[in-house]
Amino acid sequence: MSDSTAIGHGAHAAPVDPHAGGHAEHPPYLRHHFENVEQQADAAGFAMWLFLLTEVMFFGGLFTAYLIYRNWYYPAFVAGSHQLNIFWGTLNTAVLITSSFTMAMGVWCAETHKKKGLVLCLILTFILGLGFLGIKTIEYSEKIEKHHVPGFHYSLQSFLDPDSDAEAKAAGDKPMALDMARHTEVYFSLYFAMTGMHALHMIIGIAILGFMIFRAQAGAYTLGHVTFVENFGLYWHFVDIIWIFLFPLLYLISRHPN
Amino acid sequence: MSSTIVSLPDQSTARIPKVNFITKENGLLSWLLTGDHKRIATLYMISITFFFFIGGALAGLIRLELLTPQADLMATDTYNKVFTMHGVIMIFFFLVPSVPATLGNFLIPIMIGAKDLALPKINLLSWYLYIAAGMLAIYTMATGGVDTGWTFTTPLSTHYVNTNVLTTGLAVFIAGFSSIFTGLNFIVTIHKMRCPGMTWFRMPLFCWAHYAASILMVLGTPVLAITIVLVALERTIGIGVFDPTKGGDPILFQHLFWFYSHPAVYIMILPGMGVISETISTFSRKRVFGYTAVAFSSVAIAVFGFFVWAHHMFIMGISNYSMLVFSLLTMLVAVPSAIKIFNWTFTMYKGSITFETPMLYTFGFMGLFTIGGLTGVFLGAAGTDIHLTETYFIVAHFHFVMVGGMLMAFLAGIHFWWPKMTGRMYPEKISQLAAVVTFIGFNLTFFPQFILGTLGMPRRYAAYPPEFQVLNVFSTAGATILGVGYLLPILYLTWSLKYGEIAGNNPWQATGLEWQIQSPPLTENFAATPIMDHEAYDYEWLEHQKAKEVASVG
Repeated sequence: MSDSTAIGHGAHAAPVDPHAGGHAEHPPYLRHHFENVEQQADAAGFAMWLFLLTEVMFFGGLFTAYLIYRNWYYPAFVAGSHQLNIFWGTLNTAVLITSSFTMAMGVWCAETHKKKGLVLCLILTFILGLGFLGIKTIEYSEKIEKHHVPGFHYSLQSFLDPDSDAEAKAAGDKPMALDMARHTEVYFSLYFAMTGMHALHMIIGIAILGFMIFRAQAGAYTLGHVTFVENFGLYWHFVDIIWIFLFPLLYLISRHPN
Repeated sequence: MSSTIVSLPDQSTARIPKVNFITKENGLLSWLLTGDHKRIATLYMISITFFFFIGGALAGLIRLELLTPQADLMATDTYNKVFTMHGVIMIFFFLVPSVPATLGNFLIPIMIGAKDLALPKINLLSWYLYIAAGMLAIYTMATGGVDTGWTFTTPLSTHYVNTNVLTTGLAVFIAGFSSIFTGLNFIVTIHKMRCPGMTWFRMPLFCWAHYAASILMVLGTPVLAITIVLVALERTIGIGVFDPTKGGDPILFQHLFWFYSHPAVYIMILPGMGVISETISTFSRKRVFGYTAVAFSSVAIAVFGFFVWAHHMFIMGISNYSMLVFSLLTMLVAVPSAIKIFNWTFTMYKGSITFETPMLYTFGFMGLFTIGGLTGVFLGAAGTDIHLTETYFIVAHFHFVMVGGMLMAFLAGIHFWWPKMTGRMYPEKISQLAAVVTFIGFNLTFFPQFILGTLGMPRRYAAYPPEFQVLNVFSTAGATILGVGYLLPILYLTWSLKYGEIAGNNPWQATGLEWQIQSPPLTENFAATPIMDHEAYDYEWLEHQKAKEVASVG
């Protein structure tokens, strides 16, 4: 991809040696096929928003499935949501929102050329992201212990006999008919599919964050070229927003007054 | 009356420009690590031709099996695998990327006066994803194949078959990302990279068509991705979302799958329509009639295309009301398609029409696409659909649109821009012959299938009642002719790479920006950023330019 940087500059109808102008005219990060830095940043930002649009459509399929089954099997969805741990869920929401804040601060640091601040913010975001996944692991292991993972070993015990189950008892669940109780499996399918896809996005994000921390330490993002940090910030906030929708839809189904 | 518009430079003195995107750098790595949209387009073209051959060979096997009423050439489950792989390869590895990834990739930046696509690395990544997906698809084929049909219908794909559903699904998933990245790149490029003076309504209609197709790629493909993920989860751990015994609904799979796969047919056809707009104008020497209407009809097809998916599901137990609504919406798609066909016809009216190969393929497209589109209205009408669906009528319908439409457009485009891409002309006479052979072979192959379908021959079976044999023999004979029609271009186009006449900058006397630069183009396309100071398809501007050139030389 080293092709024609020099010729690309020449095409600006400047007959002088393209390197003579130095970096004052053409910053080193300006790719040869763009006219100027604004156009480059503009295009990259627009591309990122489009990519997020594809992500909306990707999760949209899951949300559609959720919408349909929740309407069909509302009691099963309520009983299923009672099995989720509100404390961990709320804490995770707080962790994720805080990580979005540190990420936003990171973008601000990059824009204002604060290298140390940027590195610190990225590391904090990285740790908070790992924290989210750690809490998610605790939650998943609770489900595995109670055989609430859909598939071969799925158990209906908590829903057919709520008194035998601490969470169901605390929520005051009544025993459900088998026909509705077995639909809790659909609820947990969607729970794992949605939070799993979300967690996958987190893992990808954390991996990119790790890479960015090293690049930021080398000073890559604090010389004026902040597109990458900004676009990653958009991605991180997007993943955050997905969770903001998942949390009430999965955890808080019947937890409203009346 | 001159019968041709071709004007080539004096062959005794003409040379291919020494510096161009092909000669710029040498060595395999300079191709495999390139960011140049023209080189990536070339890579795509080679790989797509490869997959077209595999898909075509499988089609040949299908037609051979159907030569006789009994299942005698191969076992019936082998036949299931053959038609499934034919569908998967032709749709995901040929039709979806065919025009966009080759011609679109090559031409869109040049047509709008840019040096490259906005995201060259993403463009290269999309090719690597395509290749990875394609290799995976071939691997699944070699290790036992898959027999669900290209639609991966649940619960067949999740519960009942033991073939390679997962790996094929993964291949389609990866190919989907390749397609998303191509579409995303086109949208960003068309928005942000147009040269000074290149307003939206000065862009060639080729770009409009690709823009519309890109919207579909970007919005539709992710839904296919999540659907495949859910099928994989259903198949591996049995999550139950599509499993009625657990309260799931297989119809939900159909909704999600067709939400992508119906728009996908417009992903396949829209870029082809873009090609036709260019060729019809050039070979009629007229501005495309109703430019704005044709441009917006592309967008309208993209928008309507998202609201018709359930017409694939009329026999699957959707409610009568949704059948009514989707039937109506389906027929509405015929309106923008008809706008295009009528406007192209009006473009030819009182034009100076010449009959070079791209124009012959264009005629083929217009006739066959019209038949394919009109039979689509039969299928969109819920009543007739219940009789005709899952018969050969539907097979004939979508082959008329996809092969008769898209493949004709692809070949029209390849011939039309071949001189631009390679700097050399293809041999005219033999290619005209190939166009005619393709047209005859196509009709002989697929027209009998309309009759077979109306008579009630079901699709996707290796055996059929003996009374259908005559028409099937016609169809297989036609497929043989069609095969020759497709082999010919491969041979003479390869030949022309070395022995073709030097084309010069603008052999067709066409108006697009791509024809005002050298062939093959420079790596950076333009020596200086162009300024667009005229409308698209402005032949008077072109005459004026030529006059100026002569004056300055004289």
